[in-house]
Amino acid sequence: MIGGLFIYNHKGEVLISRVYRDDIGRNAVDAFRVNVIHARQQVRSPVTNIARTSFFHVKRSNIWLAAVTKQNVNAAMVFEFLYKMCDVMTAYFGKISEENIKNNFVLIYELLDEILDFGYPQNSETGALKTFITQTGIKSQSKEEQSQITSQVTGQIGWRREGIKYRRNELFLDVLESVNLLMSPQGQVLSAHVSGRVVMKSYLSGMPECKFGMNDKIVIDKQGKGGEGATGQSIAIDDCTFHQCVRLSKFDAERSISFIPPDGECELMRYRTTKDIILPFRVIPLVREVGRTKLEVKVVIKSNFKPSLLAQKIEVRIPTPLNTSGVQVICMKGKAKYKASENAIVWKIKRMAGMKESQISAEIELLPTNDKKKWARPPISMNFEVPFAPSGLKVRYLKVFEPKLNYSDHDVIKWVRYIGRSGIYETRC
Amino acid sequence: MPAVSKGDGMRGLAVFISDIRNCKSKEAEIKRINKELANIRSKFKGDKALDGYSKKKYVCKLLFIFLLGHDIDFGHMEAVNLLSSNKYTEKQIGYLFISVLVNSNSDLISLINNAIKNDLSSRNPTFMNLALHCIANVGSREMAEAFAAEVPRILVAGDTMDSVKQSAALCLLRLNRTSPDLVLMGEWTARVVHLLNDQHLGVVTAATSLITTLAQKSPEDFKTSVSLAVARLSRIVSSASTDLQDYTYYFVAAPWLSVKLLRLLQCYPPPEDGAIRGRLTECLETILNKAQEPPKSKKVQHSNAKNAVLFEAISLIIHHDSEPTLLVRACNQLGQFLQHRETNLRYLALESMCTLASSEFSHEAVKTHIETVINALKSERDVSVRQRAVDLLYAMCDRSNAKQIVAEMLSYLETADYSIREEIVLKVAILAEKYAVDYTWYVDTILNLIRFAGDYVSDEVWYRVIQIVINRDEVQGYAAKTVFEALQAPACHENLVKVGGYILGEFGNLIAGDSRSSPLIQFDLLHSKFHLCSVPTRALLLSAYIKFINLFPEVKGTIQEVLRSDSQLRNADVELQQRAVEYLRLSSIASTDILATVLEEMPPFPERESSILAKLKRKKGPGNLHPDLDENRKERSANGGTADHSSTTSNAKSSPLSFVGDLLAPASTAPPTNRPRPVSSSYLLQAPLTPIPLQASAVPVLLSAGPLFQVAASPTPSTDLLGLGSTITTQNSAPPASKGTSLLVDVFSENIAAFPVETPVAVGPVADENFSRFVCKNNGVLYENQLLQIGLKSEFRQNLGRMYVFFGNKTSTQFMNFAASVVCQDTLQAQLNVHAKPADPTVDGGAQLQQILNIECMSDFVDAPVLNIQFRYGGTLQNVAVKLPITLNKFFQPTEMTSQDFFQRWKQLGAPQQEVQKIFKAKHSMDTEVTKAKIMGFGAALLDGVDPNPSNFVGAGVIHTKTTQVGCLLRLEPNTQAQMYRLTLRTSRDTVSQRLCDLLSEQF
Repeated sequence: MIGGLFIYNHKGEVLISRVYRDDIGRNAVDAFRVNVIHARQQVRSPVTNIARTSFFHVKRSNIWLAAVTKQNVNAAMVFEFLYKMCDVMTAYFGKISEENIKNNFVLIYELLDEILDFGYPQNSETGALKTFITQTGIKSQSKEEQSQITSQVTGQIGWRREGIKYRRNELFLDVLESVNLLMSPQGQVLSAHVSGRVVMKSYLSGMPECKFGMNDKIVIDKQGKGGEGATGQSIAIDDCTFHQCVRLSKFDAERSISFIPPDGECELMRYRTTKDIILPFRVIPLVREVGRTKLEVKVVIKSNFKPSLLAQKIEVRIPTPLNTSGVQVICMKGKAKYKASENAIVWKIKRMAGMKESQISAEIELLPTNDKKKWARPPISMNFEVPFAPSGLKVRYLKVFEPKLNYSDHDVIKWVRYIGRSGIYETRC
Repeated sequence: MPAVSKGDGMRGLAVFISDIRNCKSKEAEIKRINKELANIRSKFKGDKALDGYSKKKYVCKLLFIFLLGHDIDFGHMEAVNLLSSNKYTEKQIGYLFISVLVNSNSDLISLINNAIKNDLSSRNPTFMNLALHCIANVGSREMAEAFAAEVPRILVAGDTMDSVKQSAALCLLRLNRTSPDLVLMGEWTARVVHLLNDQHLGVVTAATSLITTLAQKSPEDFKTSVSLAVARLSRIVSSASTDLQDYTYYFVAAPWLSVKLLRLLQCYPPPEDGAIRGRLTECLETILNKAQEPPKSKKVQHSNAKNAVLFEAISLIIHHDSEPTLLVRACNQLGQFLQHRETNLRYLALESMCTLASSEFSHEAVKTHIETVINALKSERDVSVRQRAVDLLYAMCDRSNAKQIVAEMLSYLETADYSIREEIVLKVAILAEKYAVDYTWYVDTILNLIRFAGDYVSDEVWYRVIQIVINRDEVQGYAAKTVFEALQAPACHENLVKVGGYILGEFGNLIAGDSRSSPLIQFDLLHSKFHLCSVPTRALLLSAYIKFINLFPEVKGTIQEVLRSDSQLRNADVELQQRAVEYLRLSSIASTDILATVLEEMPPFPERESSILAKLKRKKGPGNLHPDLDENRKERSANGGTADHSSTTSNAKSSPLSFVGDLLAPASTAPPTNRPRPVSSSYLLQAPLTPIPLQASAVPVLLSAGPLFQVAASPTPSTDLLGLGSTITTQNSAPPASKGTSLLVDVFSENIAAFPVETPVAVGPVADENFSRFVCKNNGVLYENQLLQIGLKSEFRQNLGRMYVFFGNKTSTQFMNFAASVVCQDTLQAQLNVHAKPADPTVDGGAQLQQILNIECMSDFVDAPVLNIQFRYGGTLQNVAVKLPITLNKFFQPTEMTSQDFFQRWKQLGAPQQEVQKIFKAKHSMDTEVTKAKIMGFGAALLDGVDPNPSNFVGAGVIHTKTTQVGCLLRLEPNTQAQMYRLTLRTSRDTVSQRLCDLLSEQF
């Protein structure tokens, strides 16, 4: 159970301090600052144990969020909570920054009181929270409204209140994926996986019952026996987690995803795949050492998707040795620059169509040092954004049923979008 | 950063530093640094040569980046280049970079050394200073090797500037610290000592530091410095405060130099020359006088400087410990400081007084301040000062004021800080015991101690009370009464219950006559505490109950009822359950006679030094030598100069002395800190108890065997009825049966082995009681304890031998990490070659492990090799060391010869050193056949009919060693009337004769 929660700025000054349990003393605040924020070496572990007290921290830009406990808690739970906390704060006042936190500290304390009770996480659904923690000041509520809030917060469907009405019933579905890759210099895939999320934004009236379908292999196979025949490719999902609104019993039994969505935005599911991943780019590096003081680098990137699609925000980062004293770069497409502060050559291309290739070559001059240790040759990394799902996931349908109100599935306007981004996309050189 | 003069300011550097300071996060800082490093790299790589200024600037930036904690792997060359610059600032930065960044194994070191050499030989004092500072700052062994010869020359050269001399002296001091073996003063010694006469006080100050260190290394060489130091000191002390100009600090003349000189003098005993001695005394008196003068300034620096000199002077006085008047004056001066409002002064005064208290001259003087000290203890705000006050009270305590001091400490204990409580408790316990005039007072004190600070009373303290009460008949009744009264308090500390249980169990009968403390009341009182106690205490109480059954047969029924209750008989704790079962059976089956024998009063404990004192020392830790020191000193003065205990440590058991003397043998359990501690033999004793079923089966044996009862009972926990919990029961687990009677297990000190057999490790306590049995035979059991049995089988031919060693595991548990090795000590190494073949590291329970030793005799020898055995049993590491019976006679080869030959050779070996004769009393019956067997077993051929007297025995043989062969003739003449033997041995080597004679004479 979380004993307390602290928020620090980059200097280690405490912005928010909320202690839930007596076993966390005042000195815990300082202990974290001294041992983690101001530590001589950079602290890379997200969990730090200081004097029998565990500190779990996450960092958002320059802000540190630290949960403290003296007990043996489930670390995954604590981090899940911290991330949720970040989501809630973003939903309330936008970007998490020192300025914003200082401006909203009353609100944050209010939120902390609500989503943690004696260190136990409570309902942290933004939609639900927004009904009774508002930024517009206290407006006197009628008895009816109050009892409604109570029954809603304590009721069976805690994430959606009744009586929502929209003139236009609309629904947005985003499939967001990030593809991770580690490739050997020879082009052999050492590890690759896609972690994706399905985010849904719904503006639907009443209490609609939704059903979501995708090209999950198990489902397709089942249906394949039934009739239609499995024409499209199906994907094998390694593991997935759902939003609390999804009926898990139904998923376990029939593998169908049915739910009553919360109003507004929610993350419907998270999943991970490792098989049959479409790698949008291939990086071919060529590094040649010319004597002790010169290095020649040539990198070719090839795009590997339908020519009609356009990849965006492409950035290739080629690390340079620590004793680089000068760099000359030539590239055909985009812009490339040696960034001394990051010890890397950064090559940026705005747009690139599928089935194309592009190349950069650089000459790196080195300063001879008396250091015997060789340059470790860190991998070349890449960033991009493509308009398809590298895992191959497809949304097959999303049906909406609202028996009480008179609108049907056809009246709902639905939007689906696929975005594939790079996670850690690296090629060794 | 180094100060830079105007116009030479490095703007780029300033901008860079301010950029870094403005960075919002660590990442931003790293980015900025990476950028700067890339810039510097491109500049250094650039084609056009850099001028001195920019080189300096970039090197400076690199230095700054390094100091921020980043790795720098270039720029060293540029820094070395800066060394050869002629500009001061550039050279300075170069040296700075080098002393911070260049490590000793760099390949640039020769270049650097060259530059330093150039600067040292230049006539420019600032350059020389820079070079000397660099040597001192780096201070590596390589630097010492390169410059240890050069620096002293600069130091004593006549034309060196004063400032350079100062630097040279301090540089040499630093080199001496890192590699003292390289700094050899040799012919410079006299001239260095004469630096004390230098005009320039700065040089003198630096030189004094150097000389003090060197004098500690080789006091003889620098003996002459004493007179010079005294002269210098007296000049400073007697000078008017304005004489020394720059070196007068807030009206105190050269305080640093004075302090250093006084320190230097503390390296030596008081000067023997009367004049010098007089002068020194005069100086010290002047310093003491000055302390009395009204301060010349109200500034704190003035009094600090003055007091610094004063305290150093006082420690010199204490160090010399020869001038009673000075000591007393110093003591009075310190007495004044005791009430000073400066906390630091009070602290220092108390600390110095502690050492003063141990001097015989000033002990009385210190005692006069007792009220002040006690006051300090009560009213002082600073805990460290209070701690010192406690130390001082402890140090100044003697028979006359013991009662007062102990009472004060006791009353202070209630309010004392938690951190020092345990120490105070120990001190009170020691003082109470050491200066106890009557033991009733002692008992009262300790009971009070337990009452006030029960949590801090360690086991040693209450063990000790019981030990004393048991050994002193006169206090037993009083103790029982007091304990009984103390137990009546509604809330008692557990330690009090333990003491109460033990004492009432032993001596409850002494107060049973009083109707207010009748047996039943006693029992009820104890039993009312039973449920509040921990398991070990409950176990002790159970033992007390069974003792009650013996003491008061009338309460037997009640006690049996208690023992029979489910909470005892079915207790979840094995120890309690076992005790309850055994005691119940014992009380119902055994007759009163048997009960009376088994449950006899504990016999007196062997007198030994207090384990409390040892504990106090342990608490003080090895870093703090003072308490030991003054303990020793004090003891010397108290005992009128008995042996110095710290040197005669391990076997010093001062049994004839009283408890007080006994207590005073401090070092016996805790050896002096400069020696490695011997591995405690208590490991063996703490070995887990032999398995429970074994004990349980011992009970019926115990109950059926009538006359053997006591002996047989010994392996079970029930003899030591008041056995104090688990440690005790382990100690009495299965010693050899013959030792059953001496089974007064050492309850009180876990550090001392109960059985000498089991103290292995060093050379002394090696087990060798079976050793002599093996002189005349080759096979048998060499060693046995409750865990392990060692058997031997050996054969010898000429100078070679082979020995089979069998290790038997007597327990049912496996021995882990078993290792046996043979150690030949000192000279034996060259004389005897023993090679042990490796054996298994584990020995299963009940199994036997065989190890083969190959032996080769190189030349004749006296000592025997030691077999060291180490293994892990249960959780504890066990050590056993046994003397291996490899003796010189094993390499005997018998030779048959005729009477004529024998006497011819006997005469040839007629030189006086070749013959050894011994006349001794027979230890065994003088049976001819046995004697014959022994001589044959010894290895010699028994020659019949050689000696004209048929009752004499004559033998001959050759000792084979690798290098030589030694012929031996022996003659044994028994005298049956006188029960004496005369043994004569003639061999070609005197050492062999002696050794063989010693070995053989032990056998009859």
